[in-house]
Amino acid sequence: MSVHKPLPHDAAALHVTGAARYVDDIPTPAGTLHLAFGLSTVAHGAITAMDLAAVRAAPGVVAVLAAGDIGPADCSPSNHDEPLLATGDVQYLGQPVFLVVARSHLAARRAARLGRVSYAERAAILSIEEALAANSRFEDGPRIWARGDAAAAIEAAPHVLEDRIEIGGQEHFYLEAQAALALPQEGGDMHVACSSQHPTEIQHKVADALGVPMHAVRVEVRRMGGGFGGKESQGNALAVACALAARATGRACKMRYDRDDDFLITGKRHDFRIDYRAGVGEDGRILGIDFRHYTRCGWAMDLSLPVADRAMLHADNVYFLPAVRIESHRLRTHTQSATAFRGFGGPQGMLGIERVMDQIAHRLRRDPLAVRRANFYAASHRPVPPAPDVPEAPASEPASRGAVEAVARPVPEPPADGAQTTPYLMPVTDFILHELVAELEESSQYTQRRARVSAWNDTNPILKRGIALTPVKFGISFTLTHLNQAGALVHVYQDGSIHLNHGGTEMGQGLFQKVAQVAAQVFGVPLGRVRITATDTAKVPNTSATAASSGSDLNGMAVQAACLTIRDRIADLLAAEHQCQPVDVRFEEDRVRVAGADYPFAEVIARAYQARISLSSTGFYRTPGLNWDRIAGRGRPFLYFAYGAAVSEVVIDTLTGEYRILRADILHDCGASLNPALDIGQIEGGYVQGAGWLTTEELVWDGKGRLRTHAPSTYKIPAMGDRPRVFNVALWDGRNREETIHRSKAVGEPPLMLGISVLMALSDAVAACGDGSLYPRLDAPATPERVLAAVDRQRGRHGD
Amino acid sequence: MSEIAFLLNGTPVRLTDPPPTRTLLDWLREDRALTGTKEGCNEGDCGACSVMVTDARGTRALNACILFLPQLDGKAIRTVEGLAGPDGALHPVQHAMIDHHGSQCGFCTPGFVVTMAANHLNGVTDHDTALAGNLCRCTGYAPIQRAAEAAAQAPVPDWLRQATDPAFICPQISRGEAAQPTGGSAPHPFLPRTAEDLADWYAAHPDATLIAGATDVGLWVTKQLRDLAPVAFIAGIEDLRGVSLTDTEVRIGAVTTLADLLPAMAPLHPDFAELIRRYGAAQVRAAATIGGNIANGSPIGDGPPALIALGAVLHLRKGPARRSIPLEDFFIDYGRQDRAPGEFVEAVSFPRQPDRLRAYKISKRFDQDISAVCGCFSIRLDGQTVREARIAFGGMAGIPKRAAAVEAALTGRPWIEATVEAALPAFAEDFQPIDDMRASADYRLRSARNMLRRYFLEDQGAATRVLEVAP
Repeated sequence: MSVHKPLPHDAAALHVTGAARYVDDIPTPAGTLHLAFGLSTVAHGAITAMDLAAVRAAPGVVAVLAAGDIGPADCSPSNHDEPLLATGDVQYLGQPVFLVVARSHLAARRAARLGRVSYAERAAILSIEEALAANSRFEDGPRIWARGDAAAAIEAAPHVLEDRIEIGGQEHFYLEAQAALALPQEGGDMHVACSSQHPTEIQHKVADALGVPMHAVRVEVRRMGGGFGGKESQGNALAVACALAARATGRACKMRYDRDDDFLITGKRHDFRIDYRAGVGEDGRILGIDFRHYTRCGWAMDLSLPVADRAMLHADNVYFLPAVRIESHRLRTHTQSATAFRGFGGPQGMLGIERVMDQIAHRLRRDPLAVRRANFYAASHRPVPPAPDVPEAPASEPASRGAVEAVARPVPEPPADGAQTTPYLMPVTDFILHELVAELEESSQYTQRRARVSAWNDTNPILKRGIALTPVKFGISFTLTHLNQAGALVHVYQDGSIHLNHGGTEMGQGLFQKVAQVAAQVFGVPLGRVRITATDTAKVPNTSATAASSGSDLNGMAVQAACLTIRDRIADLLAAEHQCQPVDVRFEEDRVRVAGADYPFAEVIARAYQARISLSSTGFYRTPGLNWDRIAGRGRPFLYFAYGAAVSEVVIDTLTGEYRILRADILHDCGASLNPALDIGQIEGGYVQGAGWLTTEELVWDGKGRLRTHAPSTYKIPAMGDRPRVFNVALWDGRNREETIHRSKAVGEPPLMLGISVLMALSDAVAACGDGSLYPRLDAPATPERVLAAVDRQRGRHGD
Repeated sequence: MSEIAFLLNGTPVRLTDPPPTRTLLDWLREDRALTGTKEGCNEGDCGACSVMVTDARGTRALNACILFLPQLDGKAIRTVEGLAGPDGALHPVQHAMIDHHGSQCGFCTPGFVVTMAANHLNGVTDHDTALAGNLCRCTGYAPIQRAAEAAAQAPVPDWLRQATDPAFICPQISRGEAAQPTGGSAPHPFLPRTAEDLADWYAAHPDATLIAGATDVGLWVTKQLRDLAPVAFIAGIEDLRGVSLTDTEVRIGAVTTLADLLPAMAPLHPDFAELIRRYGAAQVRAAATIGGNIANGSPIGDGPPALIALGAVLHLRKGPARRSIPLEDFFIDYGRQDRAPGEFVEAVSFPRQPDRLRAYKISKRFDQDISAVCGCFSIRLDGQTVREARIAFGGMAGIPKRAAAVEAALTGRPWIEATVEAALPAFAEDFQPIDDMRASADYRLRSARNMLRRYFLEDQGAATRVLEVAP
């Protein structure tokens, strides 16, 4: 067995020796040129003059290009609204305006500072409020989904809550900044190596910019130094720039962003403001709820529509909302284009309802866990019948998640068969949280610790503790249904070694190792026989982004299919030789056993080769049973849900608002984990990243639209000492109800939302500073400053 | 012509007239094709470029992105490529990082491994502090912590013990006849060995940039892309280094690193030591000097508020002329100090005193962060009466500044809560802080006031520090 084992990351030995190659480490041909962008210094305005003489005259500069020099070159994933270089108008501070091609990275950076660009500045729309006032938005108006009559249910409820939470964005801070390298080939072809989650999109955008078919562009990605969604669409500009410069100069061209440029140019997680009005029963159950999501999308549409959709799709989290209305505004501002980030809107949507739960508990003076439980979906374990397959309308940029349909596509309602349904009417039939939360409550000693926290707070006037348990339910599948497909290519060489390729990219999540485990499992060979190779659009075409947590679900199945095709051919050969059924040929322990015979695997492969059996195969997988209408908010967008829950305990300093996470206990559902070690790594890392989002990671723009937190000196992701002092992580013992690869579940995104428990624990600690009459209303990120303000409100001390 | 010599992964290297502000990181990656050392931020804040540096004073991890080539003269550099043994055997921290799943995307990993190996060599086991300068975005640090703990059980490989023994490496770093760089004429960097040499040269080149640890000046090059020539590298001036104690005085040489200052302060003023522990991170403290921290005049340097609260005097020199001024008088206005062209900081000193210092640093993140507010208090009592209050803040004004009105409101009054509360309005007289990306003016003022409350409460024995709370 090679699946379900806690094997190390396939590149771990390369990582620790410095031998793992990233884009900037690839040896380049002599004469390779280096690129840097000159950036807009205003948030909104028209370019009135551009004097680039000093740039051209700078040492080492080979070429300087502006929009007029390159023809139309679009970098957007779907909406054709992101010119590589600003054309006339600039839409945010940091937008690339001109491109420097120079003999070194440093020479390019130095020269890029010398451009003299004049602007006729216009008023910039920076905030959600400004965008609302100006009705600056994508799509004609808000998307609205509703089930039942929420307004009536709220009015009739014994308790009504009405409030708002503001949720800041988040910089990805992948340790490896964006990078691309273009190597011009004969006949106008282009080979691009880049740090991207979406090689096919890079191929497509480069081909478009060069005016060549996709077959003339080959894109290769061995690994990224972190992605987190930030390399789904945000690397397009570098690859397109390198390809255009490589064609213009005939030389290899490389571009990597300096960290400050990366902060200024690229998109981040969407900020949200969520307004809510909830009607609540005496028992704490939500009877009706109305959410308004206000999403700051930045200057370009990018992936904002499906991000905002996914926020709506997670507005329920784990709770049954009998009457619900969700209104979502996708607002256009003169800031970086907000983009994909681990969770893709899900975290913001989920935080909205978790805030509501916390506030209900405060209002009713009940334990927040009891209120959450009262609202849980009912336990149900019936299978969901697959939705009928209705093809989507053709899209202009079908490979991007941004290519959402703009018109309603009526789909039949999935039969609920007695199960409770989500606001978008998908039956929740794999709900394991009653059991999972009970187990976590016990293992974390939540109840006892809550009592201890309370006692401690009674005797400590300055320091206050808080504790919270929050659950996660995250929908797994691309919500643009046709993206739920994957391909693989497997070769078995005549010496018995196996070459493995698939459409997924490796960004640290361990996808390559998981997929190699799947391949080794099929052939019954040790992992050492399997060589995992760089993602390459010339090997597997038309790939979807490695995103939506889908990597191992999709690619694992595709690889398994390819391996099974080859294995079946070999089994047919041996079965014929041994006069038995192919099913009786067993591949195990690096041997092939049939009818009493027992051959080394490599020997069987050599024989198959000599018997002229094809030892190469593609494999393909498409997720079954998905169908939904994003305009109406109806149907089955997800194959299944991944679940988890976390208990966080914090301590705050009521004099300064400083705090620390004391302990975290997590129980998370990965189905039958393909690799428990890698999955626990995703959970620990996701939790800390989620906690960072909600605590210290504050993005600050000034009144001119300049991002002031533009480097790790000013933007603070968690450091070593910020992880919980005690950190217990366990996997839920279960199997995926759906027929996923070895019954595992996706793990990339869901654990990030476990970090919501930290914000709720901080809220709990703040509440302990008052008499119980005032809800803390902690916005995110809960910096020490926000915590202190909340404490002072509790103590009626504001403005002392 | 000037020449520098150092060891790179055990191999002698001699460079003639290296560009004085070329970084080690760029040189390793571009000239030596040693791409294991990564650029994560290019400003010394993420640790992905950590390299191991050994000289007569020992071995430490430094950030290669803000380390200029002339700073390497006479030292031994070890990169991630040089951590495995001569037989190819992995270093114990490399093994442990694999076994404990300490890498995911792997980009920060070489920096972690190098820093961990330096800690392992030095027997450092406070991993939270020692690895605070290495950022990881994937793992949440838990497996790295486990790896560091596991590696600590394994001995330092013999070959590495030897390869980092100054007695073993120093003879190998042979410089030619022109061994001592004979600076003086720009653009060659000047590497003085004595304060006397520096005084003469700097008086003759008053427009020069003095570079000690380069943890701040480094960013002038890597981020502001400035040309700094002429430059002098002064960290090697032995008679400006070190902490000396007499019965009445503590004197700190200007090129004493924060890393060296920390253990010297711990027995005298533990809160100053704790403040230093949170100054940058290990790689920064190992390079940054107290003289640089003062001389660059930053309003948010953490050294000056503590030193001012301790009553520090700054010792300046220009050519043969020396003068001493109260440290707070050195800071005139934002970006302006009482320092003549060609004049440099020789030392800072403060009187021996009973420890009444408390230093409170507020930042969004505890480690490796710049203070939003840094408040340092030394309130001395006669019985129950405040005899003297010295209070200084960073982050509250354009310069490190004393809270004169607050001090006056406390001095001579009984040390009781009412006195503290009555003194609080005086903060607004002393300070009109600004809003910026670190904090609002309101928060700065509010938390500064609460620091005085904290000082009083701590004096009464109350628990007030979240970092001291056990889970």
